[in-house]
Amino acid sequence: MEENKKKYWQANLKIIFSLLLVWFLASFGFGILFSESLDEIQFGGFKLGFWFAQQGSIYVFVVIIFLYVWLMKRLDRKFSLLDKS
Amino acid sequence: MTTQFLTYIFVGATFALYIGIALWSRAKSTNDFYVAGKGVNPIANGMATAADWMSAASFLSMAGLIAFLGKDGSVYLMGWTGGYVLLALLLAPYLRKFGKFTVPDFIGERYYSKTARKLAVFCLIFISFTYIAGQMRGVGIVFSRFLEVDINTGVIVGMAIVFFYAVLGGMKGITYTQVAQYCVLIFAYLVPAIFISILMTGEPIPQIGFGSTLVDSQTYLLDKLDQVTKDLGFVAYTENVKSNIDIFCITAALMFGTAGLPHVIVRFFTVPNVAAARLSAGYALIFIALLYTTAPAVSAFARMNLIDSIQDQPYSTSPSWFKNWEEIGLIAWKDKNQDGKIQYSSGEALLKTKPKYLETRGSSGERALENEPDLTNENEIYIDRDIIVLANPEIAQLPGWVVALVAAGGLAAALSTAAGLLLVISSSVSHDLLKKTYMPNITEKQELKYARISAAIAIGIAGIFGIYPPAFVAQVVAFAFGLAAATFFPALFLGIFYKRLNKEGAIAGMIGGLVFTASYIIYFKFMNPATNNSEFWLMGISPEGIGSIGMLLNFFLALAISSVTSPPPQEISEMVDEIRSP
Repeated sequence: MEENKKKYWQANLKIIFSLLLVWFLASFGFGILFSESLDEIQFGGFKLGFWFAQQGSIYVFVVIIFLYVWLMKRLDRKFSLLDKS
Repeated sequence: MTTQFLTYIFVGATFALYIGIALWSRAKSTNDFYVAGKGVNPIANGMATAADWMSAASFLSMAGLIAFLGKDGSVYLMGWTGGYVLLALLLAPYLRKFGKFTVPDFIGERYYSKTARKLAVFCLIFISFTYIAGQMRGVGIVFSRFLEVDINTGVIVGMAIVFFYAVLGGMKGITYTQVAQYCVLIFAYLVPAIFISILMTGEPIPQIGFGSTLVDSQTYLLDKLDQVTKDLGFVAYTENVKSNIDIFCITAALMFGTAGLPHVIVRFFTVPNVAAARLSAGYALIFIALLYTTAPAVSAFARMNLIDSIQDQPYSTSPSWFKNWEEIGLIAWKDKNQDGKIQYSSGEALLKTKPKYLETRGSSGERALENEPDLTNENEIYIDRDIIVLANPEIAQLPGWVVALVAAGGLAAALSTAAGLLLVISSSVSHDLLKKTYMPNITEKQELKYARISAAIAIGIAGIFGIYPPAFVAQVVAFAFGLAAATFFPALFLGIFYKRLNKEGAIAGMIGGLVFTASYIIYFKFMNPATNNSEFWLMGISPEGIGSIGMLLNFFLALAISSVTSPPPQEISEMVDEIRSP
């Protein structure tokens, strides 16, 4: 039981960590640090770095949270199944 | 029908709706009053969170700020949305599992200390009042411009409405009113944005119009805007002026501050379970993103339109919105070269920046100014950034009902946020200070009574802020986010993810973060504003961004002091285990 909780927590931390990596890249990475280099790429009427700073990062944030909801639901299900057995 | 008449109808109808909801959802217990009985549907809670979060600043000021800041304005867009990722992944589910009423509640119990609880209440009240002052100013602006009533009357009407549903309904009343307010405000924001997008680019979706070509032209809107702003002596619209490190720190301070704001966190206490808290954060961000991805498009349209409609226009034939806002004192024109035409370019028009009007008129009929012109540049106009969203429908010559709708939306945004803030103030007083600290023997009924009384007092104080706005309102917005990032975020995050953190560490961290951030802001904003520029800033970080350094300091102090003092008791470790499993 204790072992199980520990595994659940480790898996949870892994999910959080990988999603926060995406969060960091989309905003601080593409929107700020590499924004100017990305501006070289034109995307419709946008320069790509500008688009990430004012549009793209926000869309990525929404996707991250829903991905998290889905991954955690799967994780919760997996571990509650193990609890019963 | 005149626009003003329509505005009365729209504002009156929405106010009647809010009162109706308040009557229907009265709070009967402290559980109802503090956390709406923990029975709110995740989608409804998402809408309520969005309305709670999007304040007069998001609705009225943000697009205007970005219109003038260009790419630098991205800090607000990323900062005020990215915090939700932190909230959803790191805080909301665990704090919901903890299952109590307030943020100081968690800090007090996790760090087994009344001192920590009181410190948290102090930070919470300071942050929340700073924030409320801005909402009341928003209410005042909308009332004075669109209903032509005195600002004070406007503030009192707004207070009366909030009083009615916050005191009566507590969190329950506030939640369902906020759902209605979200619908009003998002509709009011999107309708003019869609109209303007069609007018300028032929695209109905503003997010796409933003990246499209202008009507009857092969030129992209943003390319044209870059060109025009450069010609007028500004930095191109899509390029940064601020340094990368400053942008990085401001964005971080806004993100971590958002995640640490008590009135947002407490919304996640109202849903039935942990899974609902996660889902609810996702819905909240969708509802917020709808406005936040529209805002930068509105900014670009507005900047373009503004330049087109006033540049080189004779004052005598300038559009009516220009003169209306001049009457209110948010636009001023100083004819530097005496040619009777309006010239707009980079630089300040006036010395001492804010206009001071004389009773007389200038030679073209404009309001004469006491200020001397700033002759180092050719710019002749002063425009308060707060008016862009409100003036935008008029600038684009949209029909009167759209203008009326925007007024109702602005009020919805300001009132919903004010109510959420008042609630966390009153519950931290009645629950954390009275029930948990000074008057532990009161019954639930008495606690509910005290909660209502403290809500009423808080509304009174907020109203006084609205009627006599402290001159420093705009200056202290940086405070709210910086302090939330430097005090609450580390204490909450470490409380969940680091069992070893003890009360000594948490308290030292919060005090260190608070003192460092507050003194940096006070030094540059109030004591020595002349040196408030990158030459004197610590590593080039502005007071707006310093909260992120305060947060690092908090983390450092908390970890260092914890490691040399005794570990927390066994039951705390068990409590943390408990909140970690859903």
